Amino acid sequence: MKVDERVCNALVLFGMLALPLWALAQDEPFTITLVTRAVILALAAVGLNIVLGFGGMVSFGHAMFFGIGGYAMGILAYHAQTYMPLDLGLFTFEGTKSMPVIWLVAMVVSAMIALLVGLLSLRTSGVYFIMITLAFGQMFFYFAISWAAYGGEDGLSIYVRNDFPGLNTLVPIQFFGVCFAILCVVLFLVARLRASPFGLALNAARQSGVRVETMGLDPMRIKLVAFILSGAITGLAGALFADLNRFVSPSMFSWQLSGELIVLIIIGGVGRLMGPVIGACVFVALEHALGGLTDFWHIYLGVILLCIVLFARGGLIGLLTGKESAHV
Amino acid sequence: MSDAVLATQNLVKTFGALKATDDVSIDLRPGEIHAVIGPNGAGKSTLIQQICGGLKPDAGRVFLNGQDVSHHDTRARAQAGLGRTFQVSALCMEDTVLENAVLGAIGANRAVWRFWASALKTRELTDRAKAALERVGLSEHHQTRCGNLSHGERRQLEVGIALTLSPRAFIMDEPMAGLGAGGSKKLTELLDGMRAQAPILLVEHDMDAVFALADRISVLVYGKIIASGSIDDIKNSDVVREAYLGQEA
Repeated sequence: MKVDERVCNALVLFGMLALPLWALAQDEPFTITLVTRAVILALAAVGLNIVLGFGGMVSFGHAMFFGIGGYAMGILAYHAQTYMPLDLGLFTFEGTKSMPVIWLVAMVVSAMIALLVGLLSLRTSGVYFIMITLAFGQMFFYFAISWAAYGGEDGLSIYVRNDFPGLNTLVPIQFFGVCFAILCVVLFLVARLRASPFGLALNAARQSGVRVETMGLDPMRIKLVAFILSGAITGLAGALFADLNRFVSPSMFSWQLSGELIVLIIIGGVGRLMGPVIGACVFVALEHALGGLTDFWHIYLGVILLCIVLFARGGLIGLLTGKESAHV
Repeated sequence: MSDAVLATQNLVKTFGALKATDDVSIDLRPGEIHAVIGPNGAGKSTLIQQICGGLKPDAGRVFLNGQDVSHHDTRARAQAGLGRTFQVSALCMEDTVLENAVLGAIGANRAVWRFWASALKTRELTDRAKAALERVGLSEHHQTRCGNLSHGERRQLEVGIALTLSPRAFIMDEPMAGLGAGGSKKLTELLDGMRAQAPILLVEHDMDAVFALADRISVLVYGKIIASGSIDDIKNSDVVREAYLGQEA
């Protein structure tokens, strides 16, 4: 049975929307939170997929952007909640509880860090690129651990979820709606990006840097821009994730999280628009279902990952659509 | 070099004790095919690399349309009008033929920083790509994945992608490599028609193709140009016979 990829994509999004609505009717808020978690992880992995899937750069440090987004939320909300203005040298800022402002800050800071990290790490490729991105990720992890002003190892608790104009974000279904809407918008933009001249050139740069150069284009600059866009999206996901848990800690910077994001993409399908989304759904479902049975549920995840890598190179989407390559 | 489209001036490149390029000055005039021949290891690929910007010469300069491009990298030289084909096809094997050609159109139109409109639905890009593919006879194969093309078709596509750039000069590194007699003949006809558009610097092993196409031939041996002239000049040159053709006799 082969399914058209677009049908497959639509079904996944429909399922992600239907499940929380059903849970709302059944009065099971926990399920809504669970799906929200999947949506946010999916968003983070959609960001990583631009670099990993489209650009062929295996970033093993994307948790750094997830964490930056998380801390952007944590720091801004912490100052607003404690009424202690944030001293920025030239002026002070009282912090904010407004989600759109937090998102903007999370994305801008992530993009700036991505620019710096990208400039340094894109000089390398292959295993060196993996290692250098991992190293940057770890730098942020240890910095967060030792940053006593914002909780250090213990992290920061934000007591009330941040505000979105016109919504009560503490109601799980409303916060889910915000996250799901963002995921849909980002997926739409990424789909455009992938088909655009930039996307085509990025895809070509993954396959042959020499070819791209010979066409008078700069593969390095193309990859750098992809890295920046990717970092901004994962940063946005980090801000949402922190708001979901109303808690930020250095674990958002951990290399395990970077690895999980890669795993999500591989499970769903590398370079596919919806690969990260399907991967995130499967991951969260397994985490919930198997995590209830055993603390060692990662073993089963490992077995599944192994089977996909060995027998279904195109990930679950590849399996469903019968097309191994991400290419349309 | 007043009217030369492309010219090198005293290029030198050494690798340790090996002189791979030894004081090479060649030029390419409008409308001609200038073939560079030479035995294996003569330094033909090294020379091409220096012309295209992949290798930095130890000394000497490269001019394109009278402009000194010696310090330009590969990308800048491509923008300045160098269209190159590779000895070993450097294509995006996962992409379709049309997408490969559209990449060239993106380069030619400087359209890479467009993030919104679909590349394959942008007429100015696809028109340019399709025109080039038609020239090389790949119109039937727009949707074929590059990896599924035959070897000969890949060689045609290499040329087609170079055409999308509308370059001022073509640099072709053994375009006939690995082609059978039929494919070689087809490509020879194609190149024959292209010289009017832009001159071709042709590095080639296939002597039938060289004798069929070249207006001028330069013979490269041990990094040095030992002879340069018309086909007859080269055929009758004792130096060449001794150094190169003689080896095969």
